[in-house]
Amino acid sequence: MYSKKNTLLVSDERKKYLKQITLEKYGILSVQVFILLFFIFIWEVGANLNWIDSFITSSPSRMYATFLNLSKNGLLKHLGVTFYETIVGFLLGVIFGCIIATLLWWSKTLSKICEPYLVVLNSLPKIALGPVIIIWVGAGTKAIIFMALAISLIVTVLELLNGFLSTDKEMIKMAKTLGANKIQIFSKIVFPANVSTLLNSLKINIGLSLVGVIAGEFLVSKAGLGYLIVYGGQVFQLDLVMTSVIILAVVAALLYKVVTLLEKFTLKSIRRQ
Amino acid sequence: MSNIEIKNICHKYQDINGEISAIDNISFTANDGEYISIVGPSGCGKSTILSIICGLITPTSGSVLIDGEKISGISNKIGYMLQKDNLLDWRTIYKNVILSLELQNQLTDENKQYAIDLLKKYGLYEFKDKYPSQLSGGMRQRAALIRTLASKPEILLLDEAFSALDYQTRLLVREDVYAIIKNEKKTTIMVTHDIDESISMSDRVIVLTKRPAKINDILTVDFGKDRSPMKVRNDEKFKEYFNKVWKELDIHV
Repeated sequence: MYSKKNTLLVSDERKKYLKQITLEKYGILSVQVFILLFFIFIWEVGANLNWIDSFITSSPSRMYATFLNLSKNGLLKHLGVTFYETIVGFLLGVIFGCIIATLLWWSKTLSKICEPYLVVLNSLPKIALGPVIIIWVGAGTKAIIFMALAISLIVTVLELLNGFLSTDKEMIKMAKTLGANKIQIFSKIVFPANVSTLLNSLKINIGLSLVGVIAGEFLVSKAGLGYLIVYGGQVFQLDLVMTSVIILAVVAALLYKVVTLLEKFTLKSIRRQ
Repeated sequence: MSNIEIKNICHKYQDINGEISAIDNISFTANDGEYISIVGPSGCGKSTILSIICGLITPTSGSVLIDGEKISGISNKIGYMLQKDNLLDWRTIYKNVILSLELQNQLTDENKQYAIDLLKKYGLYEFKDKYPSQLSGGMRQRAALIRTLASKPEILLLDEAFSALDYQTRLLVREDVYAIIKNEKKTTIMVTHDIDESISMSDRVIVLTKRPAKINDILTVDFGKDRSPMKVRNDEKFKEYFNKVWKELDIHV
């Protein structure tokens, strides 16, 4: 990390400080890993010694076997389906969210008219719309994507609109005095000023899309992680349920990580930091 | 160079709670290349006057004329500088400076060259590919001035343009901006609450009353030809002018 020349300049106090920081970092990491391993260990031992009923709780080794079995029998297909539905729902949510937020920013009247509806739609648990969605768009992938969209859209709209509206008034005034029209104010000032808001809303959005997809798959599906979980529950195969949940957790974390990396990369490329 | 005439301007703000008269019949003229400052008690409607002159606000009555011609709406003959530099931090200095050209669809090679010449003339050329966050407060304000100048306005409006800077920087930036404005021979109207600033920079000081703002007095400041904001601070007459403006302002705690 430090070149030799630098190390020579570092004072003893500084070395001590840096050492402490590193120590703390690894200390926390090792405790985190330990908790996970300990949990798995207790779970496994508990199941083996019959402290818990592994038929109901499953066990790490059974889950591992299920995982191996699954990966030979179409795990990729299920992953692919969930992934596809999530990404489509996510992209639709972002695109429509941007468009709607822009329209609402554009017209104060429109935004005032829509306000109560947005508030109600935002607080309504969208899962309640499940049966309606199935009847309207049919039981299939479309319904699942629609569900993902329903859950993520309103939040995106509100988040973006809030960002647009809180753009520095002085900056807008400056642009106006330089002769900017409304389109230019949006494209040159308001939108670029809110790139970080947009990127932040992507992070929320990807999580919500996944919630929507799993909820949708619970209701109607022939494949996907949500399907595996529901199917496993119905046939009382807790091994399958638990394994799918763990895979889902990994998928969720990976998607979040990808969006975070995208955010970092974009911010870096436009030098916002 | 151009002159600008403000004729019988009145303005009332409408509000759900009623009507506020901000400006009451203000008239004055700024001659070619003249530097005028407007001082007044805080909240008296100084900035409203500038907003009206540059066309952001349509006055309830009265008119603004540049070289005898009535203007309405935003005019590209007028450049406006605000308290904050408002440089867009996602654009380089050069991109910030040509923003006005971009917004007015004037991005010709000639105009771009003019912007580059300004950057060169005022020592920002080597920073043209830097971002605003990499510049000092004084340099940022200079960049903001160059952005305003790039669209070749005849008249400059300065709205508390130095008050966001710390004291030392403010003195330097005043000196800097004054030299640039005089060099470019622009007619200037500056709004400030700083009496020092108004006297050290302008040829005439307009003192306003409390709201609704009327002209209380117009004071001619004469330090001769060879003046700069820093130099005149040591002039004997400086104190005299200061006391006069102070008295006219009639500020009570």
